[in-house]
Order: sequence, then structure tokens, then C-alpha cells
Amino acid sequence: MAERQTIDARGSFCPGPLMELIAAIKNIEVGDEIEVLSSDKGSANDIPAWAKKVGHEVVENNERDDHWSITVRRAK
Amino acid sequence: MAHNILIVGGGLAGTIVANGLCRQLGPDLRTGAVSITMLGTSDTHMYQPGLLYLPFGRIREQELFREQRKVLDRRVNFLVDPATYIDTDNNQVSTESGKTFGYDYCVLATGSRIMPQNIPGMQEGAHQFYDLDGARKLRDALDKFEGGKVVVNVNAPHKCPVAPLEVTFMMYELFQHKGILDKTQITYTYPIGRLHALEPVAHWAKGEFDRYGIHYQTFFNTAEVDPQKQTITSEEGDTYDYDLLVTIPPHQGAQVITDSGINKAGWVPTGRYSLAYEGTTNVFVVGDTTNLPISKAGSTAHFEADTTIDNLVSLVKEGRWARDYDGKVFCFIETGLQTGTYVWFNYQTPPNPGPPSEMIHWFKLAYNRMYWLSARGLL
Repeated sequence: MAERQTIDARGSFCPGPLMELIAAIKNIEVGDEIEVLSSDKGSANDIPAWAKKVGHEVVENNERDDHWSITVRRAK
Repeated sequence: MAHNILIVGGGLAGTIVANGLCRQLGPDLRTGAVSITMLGTSDTHMYQPGLLYLPFGRIREQELFREQRKVLDRRVNFLVDPATYIDTDNNQVSTESGKTFGYDYCVLATGSRIMPQNIPGMQEGAHQFYDLDGARKLRDALDKFEGGKVVVNVNAPHKCPVAPLEVTFMMYELFQHKGILDKTQITYTYPIGRLHALEPVAHWAKGEFDRYGIHYQTFFNTAEVDPQKQTITSEEGDTYDYDLLVTIPPHQGAQVITDSGINKAGWVPTGRYSLAYEGTTNVFVVGDTTNLPISKAGSTAHFEADTTIDNLVSLVKEGRWARDYDGKVFCFIETGLQTGTYVWFNYQTPPNPGPPSEMIHWFKLAYNRMYWLSARGLL
């Protein structure tokens, strides 16, 4: 069963949600997942764009009431 | 009831907390109602942001260092005895010398460290300026540099998030002064899809890079450096040749955080408003040590320390909470060797940097000396 951890990056202007994800994904096992909570609508595009470029898998990308929730599975 | 306050770590955050507590708890320290102990890793305190200036000959090495004992209020019981295990279940910390220190309140300020060894070839093939040895070697390399391909490479996570841009602009001006710009190509790589985490700073930097002819590559997370071939390659599949590679290595938290089973990467899970270690009510976290999604910078450490001082004093004196941390960060940004600007933001307020000016640059230079007042809790 894949483990999932959550990064609450709401209100993070620097380093921002994607940088938090990039830093954290190095510390999980292949197959495990990270859910990023972001109040920046740009995250809904730039997190999937990065994941695609580097070869990780976007599992979910949902808009919630006041934020976005994007879950990425480490693929390599 | 007596209160033992134990501060683990003697960098900026821990030092401001210690000195600030002394300023507010004088009578209690005198009667013995409160005691403050700091467990440091060194008897020397370094002004880390000064390292940026060292490769450019703009600061003298001795300006970077003071004796930690002299920076600290004399009422702080200061020991150079690094913590080896933090046991928050039993309110105690073990140290390298084999001692165990109990506490009523604990402040974790163990900081961050560079980990070039985490990327194959980086330690052998790249320069960095995040410690004294690295800054000295970069100074020597810049002295000898007569033109070629320069890569400034930024990795996540890292502290002092504007330093990569600052060093790029400062190198540009240095090469201009040396008359070797026409023989030099600078390329800047950044982990995410723009040139800086802060959108307005990224926008401004792009304009400046375009104006100066500095190349850039976004979405670049270093996979490896090949010191023989002098190439750097990203996880995303891009490779650059270099003659001089200046890297901002990835960072990790302190080993003691990992060894204590708190967090694998060394960042302590921290309440974003309370600054308490999650699951505790008497352990506070300040500076680079937190896992908060905000900049790892001296100003962050300072604002977090101010909040924690108020809360600790209030808890000790009145048994109640004082205030929340609002996520405030302030950073000077050197935009060359003669001009600078600044940016501030918090959890609610986005950043909005103003135009660079000579005056802000001078203020930054003045702050390089005022830092010691800040560490003493006077500024």
C-alpha cells in the first residue's frame, strides 16, 4: 500500500508549493505519494507540468473550496 | 515553580531567543525561578549572509565571526555540547558528552546544512559559497577565471532564496570589471518553471537576465555533475557544459532531528501559527529547523524568534499564550555590486519588491554590521 503524506503549502509564496514538492519527493520511496495543498491556482498547472517533465505521475488534481489539492506519485 | 528553558542550537534563531528571554525575564533569572541553557555546536557565531560577499573581496573574514559567548547574554548557561537525541516524550535532550538535560520548555533551533554529497559529482565538480571553505575556494576560482561557460545552479531545498540571483548579478559585474564579459556566458538554472520562487522577483529577474544576456534554464533539478567532462545534467534531461560551476546545494536539517526519529530530512513538523512542534505544547521550533513552507532565511528566524520569546515569557509569567506567528519574511536583494532592493511577505500578503536603488544597497551593507545587534536582541 502506497504511503501518502500531505504538504500544506497554502499561503506559501516562497519557496512555494512546487519547490516544497520537489524537496519532499526526494525523501519518499518510489510508489509513495505526496498531496500538495496550494492556495495558488498556478500550482494546478505547474505541478503537473513538472511531474510530466521529470516522469512522475499526477494521481489527483482537484479544486476545493479555497485551494487546490494535487497528488503526485513518485515514479522513479 | 522553577522553569528550565533549554535551547538546542546556537545559530541566529536560538541566539535571538536566548537573549530576548534574558531581556524580559531578568528578575526571574536573578531569583532562579527561570534558567536558560543553550546547547551549541561551536564556540563561534558566524554571520552567514556575509559569505556572499567573501568571493568578491567585499567583506573581510574576521567581520563574519564573533565569540558566541560574547554574543550571548551572560545569564545564558552556554555549553558547546551538541545534542545527539531529543526525547520530547520525557522532556530531555542527550548530548555528545554523555549528559542529559531535562527541560520544562525546549526551543529547537538546530538549523540546516548543505548536502552537496547527495548529488553525484557535486562535491568534486562544483563551487559553493554557503560555508567558509566554499566561499574561499570560490574567491580563488573567480580570481583565476579568465572567461568561459559559467553555470549558476540552484537546488531544492535551499536557504537564503535570493542568494542565487545575487551571486549571479555580482559575478556579472565582476566579469564586467575584469573586462571578460565578451568571453563569458552565464547560465542560471532553477528547479521550478520560473527564475525565482517569488513571482514578482522572477519577473524582474527575467527582464534583467534578458537585458544582460544571461541565459537561463527552468525546471532544472540536478541529477549529477561530471567533474571530468565538466557537465551538469538534470532529472528533466538537460545537460550543460561548464568551465566554472557555482551551485547552491540541496539542504537538509540537522542530523539530530533525523536521529531522534522526528523527521527523515531533519525538518521538524511545526504549527504554522504556534511554532510548536506538532503534538507538543512545550517544544517550540525556530529558524531553518521548521518544516514550514516559507523561506529559510535570517529574517524568518528573527520574526519566529520574536514570536517565540513573547509566547515563552507569557507562558512562564502568566500561564497563557501571547500571539501567533503570521509567516512574515523580509529579504534584501543585492541587484549588483552597487544597487539593491528588498521584498517582504507573510501568509496573507504577497510580495511586491520595489525598484532597486543605491540607498537600499547601502542599508544592506549597514545591516551586515547591525546583524550583531539583531543577534543580541537589540534590533
